[in-house]
Amino acid sequence: MKSVKELLAANGSHENWVPLLEVAVREVFELMLNCQLTASTGAEETSRDVTAMVGLAGQLCGVLSVSCNSRAAALMTSKMLGVPSDKAAPEVEDALGEICNMAAGNFKNKIAGLGDGCMLSPPTVITGSNYDLHSLADSPGLQVRMLFEGMPVEVTLQIHS
Amino acid sequence: MNSIRALIVDDSSVMRKIVERSLRQAGIDLSEVFQAGNGAEALVVLQTNVVDLILCDINMPVMDGLEFVKQLSGVPNAKGVPVVMITTEGSEAHVVQAISCGARGYIRKPFTAEQVKEHVVPVLEGKS
Repeated sequence: MKSVKELLAANGSHENWVPLLEVAVREVFELMLNCQLTASTGAEETSRDVTAMVGLAGQLCGVLSVSCNSRAAALMTSKMLGVPSDKAAPEVEDALGEICNMAAGNFKNKIAGLGDGCMLSPPTVITGSNYDLHSLADSPGLQVRMLFEGMPVEVTLQIHS
Repeated sequence: MNSIRALIVDDSSVMRKIVERSLRQAGIDLSEVFQAGNGAEALVVLQTNVVDLILCDINMPVMDGLEFVKQLSGVPNAKGVPVVMITTEGSEAHVVQAISCGARGYIRKPFTAEQVKEHVVPVLEGKS
């Protein structure tokens, strides 16, 4: 495990954090939803109806977001709760917020020294697709795109150093 | 192990349901499950109910999990009741802080039912 200082110093673009981010997200899906995310081909449709965001503050400042379409979000909720998709609807925002929260927590806990020095905000969930997200981050976002039951899930970490 | 009464404290209703399911999957016989959305609500639950185990998140609105655990010493119904923290805040400092506040165990999210069993059963058997 590398320290946050080493990782920050090693690469100003933070690209070396992408594998850690991917593992952090995969673990959340494996442990909490009992399913494996698969690799994206990049050719899948990109509609996103649900976006969950968690802010990070402290040694690392930024926003981690998880986006997917509403069908994927309902299925995630269904798998988390062990209920049919049609019964999961009232819990979709809560479930996606928790997935985002756990992904952010799991990610920061993989970087030595960051766990103590970085706090997470409560999750915020946006539903609907007619919006643009304008981050004030001062470096390009890290993005991990994977497939959940064949549907794309985008995880983005915008870093404000 | 006898059936137990559990109090699950988390601001996410999804997470409260997952924790309850994980306890059952871990083979823990639950006779009654109480839920609260934050520490203050949990203190209200404990005014009129007796439980054998408390599982508690840390980051919650109104009253967080660490403050809740500190205040438990003044609650007659909570005397000797073990508390296990379940949280995304998995750093060493948070673990130390939770234990110093009175928690008996610590589970990091994300978790499996097996991990819940590993952490909760020894606490219920008085081994932790």
